[in-house]
Amino acid sequence: MKILVALKQVPDTETKIKVAADGRSLDPADVKWITGPYDEYALEEAIRIKEAKGADVVALSVGGDSAKEVLRNALALGADSAVLLKGDGQGDAFAVAQMIAAFAQGKGFDLIFCGNKGIGGDNAAMGPMLAELMGIAQANVIVKLELGQGTFRAEREIEGGSEVVEGALPAVITAQKGLNEPRYASLKGIMAAKKKTIEELDATSAPAVAVVSSLALPPERPAGRLLAGEPAAQAQALLQALKDEAKVF
Amino acid sequence: MILVFCELKDGKIRKPSTEALSAGRRLADASGQPLGALFAGASCAGAAEAAKYGADVILTAEGATLGSYSSDAYAQLVADAVKAKGATVLLAGATAMGKDVAPRAAARMGAGYASDVTGLSMVEGKLQAVRPVYAGKAFATITFTSAVQVASTRPNVFPVVEKAGPGAVESVPAPAGDFKSVVKEILAKAGGKVDLTEANVIISGGRGMKNGDNFKILEELADALGGVVGASRAAVDADWGLPHSMQVGQTGKVVSPTLYIACGISGAIQHLAGMSGSKFIVAINKDPEAPIFKVASYGIVGDLFDVVPELTKAAKAMGVGKG
Ligand SMILES: Cc1cc2nc3c(=O)[nH]c(=O)nc-3n(C[C@H](O)[C@H](O)[C@H](O)COP(=O)(O)OP(=O)(O)OC[C@H]3O[C@@H](n4cnc5c(N)ncnc54)[C@H](O)[C@@H]3O)c2cc1C
Repeated sequence: MKILVALKQVPDTETKIKVAADGRSLDPADVKWITGPYDEYALEEAIRIKEAKGADVVALSVGGDSAKEVLRNALALGADSAVLLKGDGQGDAFAVAQMIAAFAQGKGFDLIFCGNKGIGGDNAAMGPMLAELMGIAQANVIVKLELGQGTFRAEREIEGGSEVVEGALPAVITAQKGLNEPRYASLKGIMAAKKKTIEELDATSAPAVAVVSSLALPPERPAGRLLAGEPAAQAQALLQALKDEAKVF
Repeated sequence: MILVFCELKDGKIRKPSTEALSAGRRLADASGQPLGALFAGASCAGAAEAAKYGADVILTAEGATLGSYSSDAYAQLVADAVKAKGATVLLAGATAMGKDVAPRAAARMGAGYASDVTGLSMVEGKLQAVRPVYAGKAFATITFTSAVQVASTRPNVFPVVEKAGPGAVESVPAPAGDFKSVVKEILAKAGGKVDLTEANVIISGGRGMKNGDNFKILEELADALGGVVGASRAAVDADWGLPHSMQVGQTGKVVSPTLYIACGISGAIQHLAGMSGSKFIVAINKDPEAPIFKVASYGIVGDLFDVVPELTKAAKAMGVGKG
């Protein structure tokens, strides 16, 4: 079995976002980059399949040199090889999907894993777009996965519950929290990863079709009000304010 | 045409779809185009209701093969309908299904896609979308270079506007079988309660709740206010038996209710990312320095175990949450 895991480098969740001088991109100063949290579940699932059934796991990231860190980490965790597609991995999801499709097409991957969303663009779109471009099945926001003979059965989160999706491999599976508990890299894994080479390829050129024309910080929330008194008085005052001022009820 | 992919549930249009339809009507008026509503399923009974929200045309793709949702089949029929009608804008509610089908349909059409948008406008005949990025820490304005422009609308953000339209019903072809994937079963429909993403009132508990049993007092308040209960990641990860589907935040649900009450939640940046789009935020925390107070419209510094039961009592006495 051949498995591709697409990993995105994203700003750490603690990052304070600043807008760059161009008014439409992220100011990269002071940004700490990490592997997308959902991508960690994607990679873990691939490694578990490899351990259970045997598989060749290829980790891939679209980005610049810094994205090699994500790949190095994936190798340390158990990916067999890693590919850096040199291109803009932070931009339009459709452009990124085209780059990955161009790489993956014809290579015989049975499964392609990615996170159900990055936490940068938050598009939640790359996986389904990739599945469509490759003409294969998709299962999105997956919390449980079982494989059969050339088939899959996946549980996906929906409003108020989940639904079971069945389909034929190859398929794109986008991981959701709950799918598994990602492991930490072992010292042995980290040492071994240092010796592996990361293949570098130029991504196919794919122009963005949805473009960020401006980026702004959210408006400050108006200052709030503290309600004083004993609990019963606070409760009364709160409900009254929600009713009269906020008109929630 | 502005085309809106709509979902039916129990013969009624789901609220996120009525919100998308209302947004679509506004865009249609702004650009002098007709509004189309697209439905798919084994039966599309109930689709006629789209006229209430201004649909000029109601397209129905009906067929036995569409009884269960299939990502590839639905994406195909949506893309086919866009093409057949020459639509330039495709909208869907950013629901589990909307977020599954819209990007796939967009890729099929080579169209740009903006997900979970909170603002939509027409500028010189082209769609412009505003959407939260970096987990709500910034807002991006998106413009499109493709002929077809696709967006999913975040639930609870766009107002529902009733404005009668002609609603001429027209059937469109349903793809034949042999789909790549199909939904076989729906599991764990949680007691008929609305999902957090669609809830108007959310009461969330954090580590300050101390254990899972204590969430009972939040349930009681939620019942009194007509809301549903959510949680911080610390609470979900604490082995208190709370499902991940309750988690609000960067790695949980992004919610935008009218009222969000945070009980025993400190207000970590990852939690704020999931709920700072709420219209009114109430913080109940015993630590006056807790960051949650910085985003709160109303704050109560106190012990939640004292305050929450009092709130429930007062809410019942005032008879709120019934409307
Ligand atoms: C990659 C990543 C993703 C994350 N994603 C999320 C996410 O999606 N959602 C999320 O919520 N977090 C997320 N987190 C975790 C986040 O950083 C915080 O750890 C978490 O939100 C803290 O939860 P909490 O506020 O319940 O707990 P704490 O920070 O421990 O706060 C508990 C609060 O309860 C108060 N309290 C205690 N007892 C009482 C009482 N009796 N009465 C009143 N107040 C009381 C305390 O004063 C304190 O402020 C993420 C973290 C990372 C690194």
